[in-house]
Amino acid sequence: MSGIYVVLEERDGRVSRASWEALAAGRKLAAQSGASVTAVVIGASTESLANEAAPQSVSKVVRVEHPLLAHYTSDGYTIALQQMIQKEAPPQVVVVFPHTYQVRDFAPALAARLNEVLIGDVVSIGEGPVFTRQLLQGRLVGNFRHQGNGPCLISVQAGAFRAEEAAAQSSPAEAVVFTPQIDPAQIRTKPGEPFRGTAQTVDLGSAPLIVSVGRGIKEADNLPVVQELAAALGAELAASRPICDNGWLPMERQVGSSGQTVSPKLYLAVGISGAIQHLVGMKGSQCIVAINKDPDAPIFEVADYGIVGDLFEVVPALTEAIKAAK
Amino acid sequence: MKIIVAIKQVPERDAQVRIDSTGKWIEESDVQYAMNESDAYALEEALQLKEKHNGEVIVVSAGPERVGTTIREALAKGADRAIHIDCNDLNDRDVLGVARLIAEAIRPENADLVLTGLQSDDLGYGQTGVILAELLGVPHATLILHVEKSDLSIKVKRELEAGYFQEIELPLPAALTIQSGGNKLRYATLMGIKKAKTKEMRVVNAADLAPAPKPVAVLDAIELPKKQRSTQIIPGDAKQAAATLVEKLKFEVRVL
Repeated sequence: MSGIYVVLEERDGRVSRASWEALAAGRKLAAQSGASVTAVVIGASTESLANEAAPQSVSKVVRVEHPLLAHYTSDGYTIALQQMIQKEAPPQVVVVFPHTYQVRDFAPALAARLNEVLIGDVVSIGEGPVFTRQLLQGRLVGNFRHQGNGPCLISVQAGAFRAEEAAAQSSPAEAVVFTPQIDPAQIRTKPGEPFRGTAQTVDLGSAPLIVSVGRGIKEADNLPVVQELAAALGAELAASRPICDNGWLPMERQVGSSGQTVSPKLYLAVGISGAIQHLVGMKGSQCIVAINKDPDAPIFEVADYGIVGDLFEVVPALTEAIKAAK
Repeated sequence: MKIIVAIKQVPERDAQVRIDSTGKWIEESDVQYAMNESDAYALEEALQLKEKHNGEVIVVSAGPERVGTTIREALAKGADRAIHIDCNDLNDRDVLGVARLIAEAIRPENADLVLTGLQSDDLGYGQTGVILAELLGVPHATLILHVEKSDLSIKVKRELEAGYFQEIELPLPAALTIQSGGNKLRYATLMGIKKAKTKEMRVVNAADLAPAPKPVAVLDAIELPKKQRSTQIIPGDAKQAAATLVEKLKFEVRVL
C-alpha cells in the first residue's frame, strides 16, 4: 500500500457524514500500513469542501475541479477520478469511498475502467488488509483481499466506521487542484434536479416508539395484527421495504436506506429478517426487540431482546399482555 | 425495441445456510434456488416496455445447469428467448469476470436496452449492471423505478437516498439497474409455462466467451457475522415470552 486516497462526497454544500466515516476507514488503513491519507474532493468549485477536509488529519487535499462536474454524472466522475488516480496517486493506492447511492452508480465503472474491481460495502478492515463485507443479506460475511499491483478500490458501509475518530490537526494540509480533461460530449446522460416523492406526513424520525413490520406478515390482510400491537403500545407503525413495495403500507412508513432513518427508544421489529438496507435505517435505536421465526435471521445480531417464534402467535399475546400492563 | 435482461439465480431468501467444507461458500445441496428479486423487477420492466413498444425480450443468465429452471421461469413470464452461459466456476470469478462473460454473450445482440436488478441477494455486489454498461460502452443509470421511452432516448426515474428521486435522460442504447418495487410482478400463466418449453434457450460455454482471469478481488473465507449487540433470547411459548417481554419493556427499557 503506497498511499490512501479518500474520496469525500458533498451533501447540501458540506462534506457528508458518510464521507467522514470513509475517512475514518482510511485512517484505519493508514494505522495498519504507515501510508499517508489524502482527501479528495470533487466538483465545479471545491474550495469550501477542501477547507473542511484540510484540518482533518490528512497529509494532502486533492481538489478535482472542472465546470462539467457541477452536477453529478457517472460519466463525469468516472473520467475525472480515473485521470486523477492514474496521474496523481501512487500505483498501489487504496481508494476509499463512502458506500452511497452515488458511489454505487459510478465506482464499479471506474474500477472496471482501471481493470479493477470495487470491493464494495465493506463493514470492517483487518490486517492484510482484509476487507469484510456481508453476504446473503447479512446472514454471513466474506473476507476479501485485493490481488495485483493496481489500485485497490473499496467503499465502506454507512455506520461501520466512527466519524468521531477524526482528530483535528494543528495546521491544515495543503490543497492541490487537479484539472481533468473532460469533453462535454463524453457526458452522455442528462440528470434532472432531485425531488421529493410525496409530501412526508409521517415523521418516524421523532417517534419514541416504533413497531415495524416485514415480509413475515405474509399478506396485507394480516396487517391488523401489528396495527393492534402498535395501537396498544402507542407506537408509530413502520415497515421494511418489501411491505411498501407491495403497496401494503405507504412508502413514507419505510425504514431503511431508501426510506427514513430512525433511532427511537424502542424499535420492535416483527417478521423482519434484517437485510442490511433495513438495518442501516434503525440500528441506532436505543432498544431493539425482534420477533422472528428464524433464529438465524440477521435482525437478531442487532437486537437487545429476541423472541424466536411464529409472529401470529407471539404478537397477539404481546398485544394482550401490554393492554393488561397499562 | 430489443431488451436484454440479465438475471441471476440465488438461494431462496428463507434458505437456512451452512458454510461448506472449503469455508468459501455455502453448502449448495441444502438450499432451494429462486430468481434474484430485483432481477424479477428488471424482467417485469422489460416485459412492460415490450408490451408498449413491441420488440423482443431476451434473458441471459450465468451459472451451472440448475439456473435453467430460473431461465424457464422468465420465459414462462413472457421473455421471448434466452441465453444460458454454462459456467460451473462462477464463484472463482470476481464481479468483473462475470460481467465480462455476460458482456461477451450479449454483445452480438446489439440490444437497445440492457436491464439487470440493482443487486444480487447472495453476493450483493450491486455492480454487474454498471460494469456491463462500461464493457459495452453504453451509458447507464442505477436504482431505476420507472422507464419511459421516446424515439432515440429514454427518461428514467432514479431513486436517491432519504426519499428523494431524480429524472435522468439517456440516449439509447443504454443499461439500467432496476430497483424493486417500481412495478407489480406478474405470475407465469399456465399457457406461459407451456409456451416456455418451446422457446429458444441457447447454451453457450463460459470458456468460449472469456477466459477465467485471475480475480482482482479474492474471497478468502466466509463466516458467521459477529454480533453487534448481545441479544437476550426470551424463552417460553408465545404467552410466556410475551409476558416476560412486557416485564422487560416496563422495568428495563421503561417504555410502558
